[in-house]
Parts: sequence; C-alpha cells; structure tokens
Amino acid sequence: MLKVRVIPTLLWRSFGLVKGVGFDSWRRVGSVLPAIKVYNQRDVDELVLVDIDAHRSVKPPDYETFGEFGSECFVPLTIGGGIRCVEQVGFFLRNGADKVSVNTAAYDNPKLISEIAKLYGTQCVVASVDVRGTDGDGRWICFSEAGKRDTGRDVVSWVRELEGRGAGEILITSIERDGTMQGYDLDLVAAVSAAVSIPVIASGGAGNYQHMIDAVQQAGASSVAAASMFHFTEQTPAEAKKSMATVGIPVRQSFNN
Amino acid sequence: MKVGVIDYGVGNLGSVARALEEVGATPIRVDRSVDLHQVETMVLPGVGSFLQCKKILDQDGWSQAIRDEVDEYCKPLLGICLGMQLLADWGEEGLENGAQTPGLGFVPGRVVSLRKLGCAARLPHVGWNSISPRLENYLLKGVPKGTDFYFVHSYGFLLQSERECVATTQYGVEIAAVVNHGRVWGTQFHPEKSSRAGLKVLNNFVWGPEC
Repeated sequence: MLKVRVIPTLLWRSFGLVKGVGFDSWRRVGSVLPAIKVYNQRDVDELVLVDIDAHRSVKPPDYETFGEFGSECFVPLTIGGGIRCVEQVGFFLRNGADKVSVNTAAYDNPKLISEIAKLYGTQCVVASVDVRGTDGDGRWICFSEAGKRDTGRDVVSWVRELEGRGAGEILITSIERDGTMQGYDLDLVAAVSAAVSIPVIASGGAGNYQHMIDAVQQAGASSVAAASMFHFTEQTPAEAKKSMATVGIPVRQSFNN
Repeated sequence: MKVGVIDYGVGNLGSVARALEEVGATPIRVDRSVDLHQVETMVLPGVGSFLQCKKILDQDGWSQAIRDEVDEYCKPLLGICLGMQLLADWGEEGLENGAQTPGLGFVPGRVVSLRKLGCAARLPHVGWNSISPRLENYLLKGVPKGTDFYFVHSYGFLLQSERECVATTQYGVEIAAVVNHGRVWGTQFHPEKSSRAGLKVLNNFVWGPEC
C-alpha cells in the first residue's frame, strides 16, 4: 500500500536555513548540511530544499554546493529555486537531486514544465504553487517570486494547466498560513486535490500532528510538508507518522537491519 | 568492486553513485560505451521516457555494449526504475496509439501505462510502497515482506512469465517491483533513494549471494 509521506521543507537563503511567517520575517534556523544529515539519519520520507532567493539571481545555481547536500541524502530530495531552463534540471539531477520544483518560471514560460517532463519524465517535476485567498468568494490567487508578484492566476485553473503540461506532483502552499502553525488551509488543499489527478503535497501552516491528519483525511492530501513545526517545536516527522498511524493513515515504517 | 554507472545523459547519476559508495563499491561513471568493458558489474539508471532513453542507448552504442558485457562476459546488470523498464522487449511510452519501441530485451515482457493496466489511483505512483516477494532471490536477502521502497513512475513492467517476477507492489493494481532473468535484475523502485532498505538491496547486488 502506498504510504502518506511526511516531508520536512528546508528553505535556504545565502548560506543558511531560514524560516519565515507569511513568506516574510525570515529567521535563521541553522545550516543546511547538518540539517540534511540529521533528517537523513532520522530516516525521513523525503526532503524538499528550496533556495528562496534564487529567482532574483542572475547567476546560475551553485551546483557544487547542491551536490554536497545531495551526497548526504539517501532519501528522495527535491531541489527548487530559480530553475528557468531544462539544462539546469540536468545539472541538479547529476548532483544528487531526484526531482526539481519549479515555481516562478512556470508562469513566465509554462512550456518549461512540458520540456522538463519530456526529457526527464513527469515524475521529476514538482510544480510548486504559492497562493493567497481572495476576500469573500472562496478563491485563491497564485503568487510568484517567493510570494511577491500577483500573477492573477486562479489556483484551480493553474494547477490543471500544470498537470496538463506534465507536472508530476503539486506542492500547494498557503502564503497566509505559512509559518503560523495554525493548520493547513484545508479548503485550499481540498480544492486542489479535487482539481487534479496527480499527487498533491499540502504545505503552509502545519503546527501539530492533528493538522497533518486533517490534511489527509479531510482534504485528500497525498503527502504533508512542514517546516516551522519541525524547526521550532519538539515535534518530529517520526512522531507525526506514529500519530497518523494511530488513526489508520498508512505511513512508512523504518527499515532497520 | 568496480561498478559501472551507465551515464548516457539522463538520470540521477549522483544519487546512484553515492549510494554505491555507501555499500563499499567503487562506482565509476561510464560515459562512453567503449569504456564499459573496464567495469565488473553494471547499473543502468534512467528517468524520462522509454523512447527517448532507448534512442540514446542505440545511438551511442550502449545497447550493443551492454549486451556484449552481459552475454559474453557474464557481468551482472541492475536496471533502476526506467532502467528496469528498458530491460523489456517492448515499451509504449513516448509513442501515440500504443505503438511500441523495442527495449534491450533482457527480460521478456513489455512496458505499458499503469492506467492501461487498470490503475485508477492518482498517477504518477509516487512515494513509499511495500513490496511482497514472489520468488526467493538473493537481491532481497534480509529484506522482509512488507518493507517500503521509494517508487516514482507512471508505467509498469508487464512480465511474460511469473518466473521473472521476484517481487510486486500494490497500487490499485499489482505492479512488478523486482524482476530477474539470468544475471540481469531490475527494480521499479529507487534503491538509491530508499534509505537503509535500498542500500541493503544495492549491497546484495554488488556483493552477490555470499554477502
């Protein structure tokens, strides 16, 4: 049986890990390499590592550094931030990444998603979508450039387009819930899960294990991502999975031999 | 043990080489088919589409070189994910109307979309899924039934005979997870990304039945 994944998200900005609230007020939370080593030792299901400043940079990503990160990671690693062309994807895959997440560039050049999918397979493309709710009418609008630019795109039509172009998974993040630890935006996750038939990773707002259970049971998430609750509280991915198992959600047991 | 990681321009080469190192092997990225003869055993990774990858394997002389090493020099070969699917006789991915591309032909069978196999769940099949061994095989030595491995794929290997099916997984339909024919193995999951369980499988492959 396929298991629900619990995915720590690591945000990276000029040499350190950071975490913010509402894509703002960034706090340093440590260094990247030790964090990856610890999560790998603790045998997490998967890791997502995003360079949150890369979309602003004209320089190509620092593949060597990413290679170092990847070499410490024996679980799936998704790398994102500033990916603009299919050649960059090739470099990341050669340097320890297993999947890439694409966000800002997809709005400017939606064909990029199809190009990556065609060359490296749909399973390799995680389409990351950051949204804010609109007042009153229960819709969500997509924002690019780490939450700064209003793209005007409605989330439901955008995730359908991403799926049609070959995205293999959707990482859906509520900017308003990000860092608040008040729980995922369940309506948002449910709307996205209903709109597409590819796996959906819920992100933004997780503060405790019950939030994760709700995202799966009430909103249909295939996996749950979290950052603040793992950085700032005593809660761990392993304990999250134990809690999920007690209510009957299938989770992976670690293999010890 | 010199393990050649076949570098034909696609795939998560870094992860595969790093995991082989971790089990005590000496991974060698082989990027020219003429150099394949230098290694003792071979790993064929792969991501992307069957058609695309097979084209590269044919154009750059890999298909023949791999066949020579397996058939004439008895070297073991492990295909991972799409690398496993490429071991089949035929694959339909990348072509319209169910047209098929010939594979490497090491393991009798063909590769079809999981939808066509009857899977109604979300695709791709991505994440950790448990396997059930069907045959005794040293590749899975020390790996109990129900162990989770990391899968990510939308196509499945439809084996011609049960005799080649070492283990399966369930995702709406039963999917071949490990195949074997002679000295050729394939895993639909990614052992290099399946944490300790995956390293155990790679260790078994590299060091053989006596390990």
